[in-house]
Amino acid sequence: MAGRSRLPAGDLARIAAFAAFIAVLGLPGSFHLFGNAVPVTLQSMGPLLAGAILGSRRGALSVLLFLGLVAAGLPLLAGGRGGLGVFAGPSVGYLIGFVVSAFLVGLIVERSGRRPGVHWVLVACLAGSAATLAIGIPVQSAVTGVPLAETFQLSLAFVPGDAAKAVFAALVASGAQRAYPDAAPAARLDRAEDRADRA
Amino acid sequence: MLTGAYVPGRSVVHRAPAGAKLAVLAVACTALVFARTPLWVGVAGAVVVALYVLARVGRRAAWGQLRPLRWLVVVLMVIQVLVADLPTAVTLTARLVLAVALAALVTLTTRTTDLMAALERGLRPFRRLGVDPARVSLLMSLALRSVPVVAGIAGRIREARWARGRERSVRAFAVPLVVGVLRHADAMGEALQARGLDD
Repeated sequence: MAGRSRLPAGDLARIAAFAAFIAVLGLPGSFHLFGNAVPVTLQSMGPLLAGAILGSRRGALSVLLFLGLVAAGLPLLAGGRGGLGVFAGPSVGYLIGFVVSAFLVGLIVERSGRRPGVHWVLVACLAGSAATLAIGIPVQSAVTGVPLAETFQLSLAFVPGDAAKAVFAALVASGAQRAYPDAAPAARLDRAEDRADRA
Repeated sequence: MLTGAYVPGRSVVHRAPAGAKLAVLAVACTALVFARTPLWVGVAGAVVVALYVLARVGRRAAWGQLRPLRWLVVVLMVIQVLVADLPTAVTLTARLVLAVALAALVTLTTRTTDLMAALERGLRPFRRLGVDPARVSLLMSLALRSVPVVAGIAGRIREARWARGRERSVRAFAVPLVVGVLRHADAMGEALQARGLDD
């Protein structure tokens, strides 16, 4: 699935593992806020985390891979949805937006060094969430035939939740990058270059 | 473990090759965009119902695929009656439901493995751009294998959290989960390397 060069085995494994991670985020009962009172699926955090940790290209590929599994009929989307029907429905724009948002988040985090500060990861995640909405809303309007302005108003209800998820994703990504230094895209790139130099 | 929505059967719809079904679906969804009068939408609806009867997937399976749309249909109808008129509302909403129903029929009558194989074949022309279909199918199986592994990691972390006494912090759950996913990914990458994938 590589551009010009073939993806090394380590990248293949990370892309596959994060596709699975995005799927698990959508499984019922895998994530609960406030004890068990409010079941909230945090699947939309998946693309943000994939971008922040794997980087632009690999992050976007892992989201694409996840969508490929959904298209093949596996019920991996939040709420147990799956199959080709999802791609004919009104949420298809958000799914495309996930790919773009993972790429965008990765791009920003990659540019911010091998130990990206929380503020950069936060900016990246907010930009990624905004990108998902910027693609999802017009597509939803086109698919449903509801004028853009009305669709936009309906979607406003999701903005606070999405913003909270973006902040949370940024905290989790920076936490993971502190605990596992290889979790920053630029750090991993540097290490791969070191290895290539030695060889 | 993970199964798609496939309903076993021996109907004509089941036996049609996956690639052909996907092609017909793409053409039909495009055609639906141009069905602008109630008459044509009615014809399309009759065709979709006939295909469901022909495929004999059962009412429950069909409803299971369309159920996620039920609230959206209500909201859409109300908005469109407000911004346009009743015939437009019915036409637009019915078009959306029909596109989703048709895509769902492909999912219901095609095995996940067949859809994946069709996807792999569909990617062949992209080989020139550096897309390796064999690696795509390797990625898909690695991701599928990783879903229960990641769910298992999530379960272990949740149990550990309970053992420590019902911590409320979601971050204390998500950071170890992301690190666990990365450990799993990097172990999988080393295993792939050891099997000579990079050579």
